[in-house]
Amino acid sequence: MSIYKRIIPCLDVNNGRVVKGINFVNITDAGDPVEIAKRYDSEGADEITFLDITATHEARKTLLQTVESVASQVFIPLTVGGGVTSFTDVQDLLNAGADKVAINSAAVNNPDLINEVTSKTGRQCIVVAMDVKKVSNNRWNVFTHGGRKDSGRDALEWAKDITTRGAGEILLTSMDKDGTQSGFDLDLLNTISSNVSIPVIASGGAGTLDHLEEAITKGKADAVLAASIFHYSKYSIVQAKQYLKKKGVLVRS
Amino acid sequence: MSDVAIIDYGMGNVHSVQKALIKIIDKHSSVRVTNNIDVIKDCSHIVFPGQGAANECMQNISKYFGLDELSYLFQNKPFLGICMGLQVLMTSSEENNSCRCLDILPGEVLGMQGKINKNLKIPHMGWNKVRQEKDHPIWNGIEDNSFFYFVHSYYVKPTNDLNVLSLTDYDISFASSVYDKNIVAVQFHPEKSSASGLKLLQNFINWNGEL
Repeated sequence: MSIYKRIIPCLDVNNGRVVKGINFVNITDAGDPVEIAKRYDSEGADEITFLDITATHEARKTLLQTVESVASQVFIPLTVGGGVTSFTDVQDLLNAGADKVAINSAAVNNPDLINEVTSKTGRQCIVVAMDVKKVSNNRWNVFTHGGRKDSGRDALEWAKDITTRGAGEILLTSMDKDGTQSGFDLDLLNTISSNVSIPVIASGGAGTLDHLEEAITKGKADAVLAASIFHYSKYSIVQAKQYLKKKGVLVRS
Repeated sequence: MSDVAIIDYGMGNVHSVQKALIKIIDKHSSVRVTNNIDVIKDCSHIVFPGQGAANECMQNISKYFGLDELSYLFQNKPFLGICMGLQVLMTSSEENNSCRCLDILPGEVLGMQGKINKNLKIPHMGWNKVRQEKDHPIWNGIEDNSFFYFVHSYYVKPTNDLNVLSLTDYDISFASSVYDKNIVAVQFHPEKSSASGLKLLQNFINWNGEL
C-alpha cells in the first residue's frame, strides 16, 4: 500500500499574469492564470502551485486578486508561494483562497515563523520550500534569496527541524538541477524523503517522463512539481500519468 | 432553492468551501458564512467544515454556540460535515490525550500514527479512492471508487458499522464518510476534489435530508 503520487504543475506569476511559455492548444489567453489553471485541472493535475516572482507591495495586492479569481474557478488544491515573510502574508493568501502557502527564505531566517503559523493555521496548509545545493559528497546546504545565499544549514538537519516545527510538507528544489531538464537529484530526494515523516515534493530538473518516474521510485518523492515540461507542451499531464501508470506508479486517473 | 449556512467558528479555511458552493448553486439560492445561531436556525442546509486539532475545535465551537442548541440543529436539517466537521460529531477523539466531542454519532476518532505502516507519510495527504459502501443521494452521478482529496492524520471509527457510508484504504481501511438520517459527513475535501467533489456538493444541496 502506498499513496497515489501527485503531479503538480508550477506556474510563475508576475503582476497577475503567468509568465514563462505556456503553450496550450485552444487557449485564448496564454497568460491568464484562471484559464491555465482550469486547463491543468481538466487534464488531471492533482494540485497547482503558483510562485509569485514579483516582490513589490503593489504586486502583492495583484497576487491576492489572482489567487481569489483562480480559487473561485478551479477546485483542486492551490499552493501559493513567493515572498511570504509573516503570518499576515500567510493569512492574506489563505483568505484569498489558497489552500497551502509555501514559505522559503523567511523560514530559514526565522525558523520560529514555522511554529507560529502552523500552530495558528494547522500544519496541512504550510509547505516549507527548501532550495538546496550540493556542497560535498552526500551533503547539501540550504540556500536563500533565490539560491544566491548559502545559509550554512545542512539540508537534512533542516528538513528534520522543519518537520518538528510543524510543517505539513517539504517542497525540495535542487538548485544544481533546476532549469537543466537533466533529471532530479535522486540522492538528495531519497536522503530527505526517507528521513522525514511528512510528504516531500520533488522539484528541479524534470525534462522527461522518465525523470518523473525516477523521482518517485528512486527518490521516494510523494509528489512531483514540474514547470517547463508541461508549459511548452512537451508532455501533457495526461501523458505523464499514463506513462507513470504503465510503469506501475500509483496515480489518480 | 436553498439557503446554505457555512459555520465559521475560527477553525481554518472556510473560503474554499464557500467558493465551491457559490460555483454550484442556482440564482435563487444563497450561501452564507456565519457564526450566528439565528442564521443557522433559518438556513435550509448546514455545512460544517473545520481544520486543526479536536480540542481547540471543541473550545472554539463552545465560544460561539451553546453545544446543545447547535447539536439539535445539526440533527434537524440536511447537514454536511467536512474533515474536522466529521470528527467532532463523534463521541470522543484521542487527539490531545483524549477529548470529548459532540457525541452526535457514537464512535471514536483515532490517530493514524502507529496503526499504519511506518513508511507511509502522515498526514495522509493527496487523492485517494472512495468506496461507496451504501447507496445515498450524495453519490448520485458519482462512480464508485472515485478519487477525492484528503488531508488528515486522524480518522473516525463509528461504533456502529451501519453509519459507515464509504471506506478508503491507507494501509488500514477507514471510514471516509459516515451518515445517519439527515447527517452526512466526509473525511475528504469535496471543495478540493475537482468535478467529483463539486458533484457531491451539488447532490447535498439538492438533498432534502431524507433517506
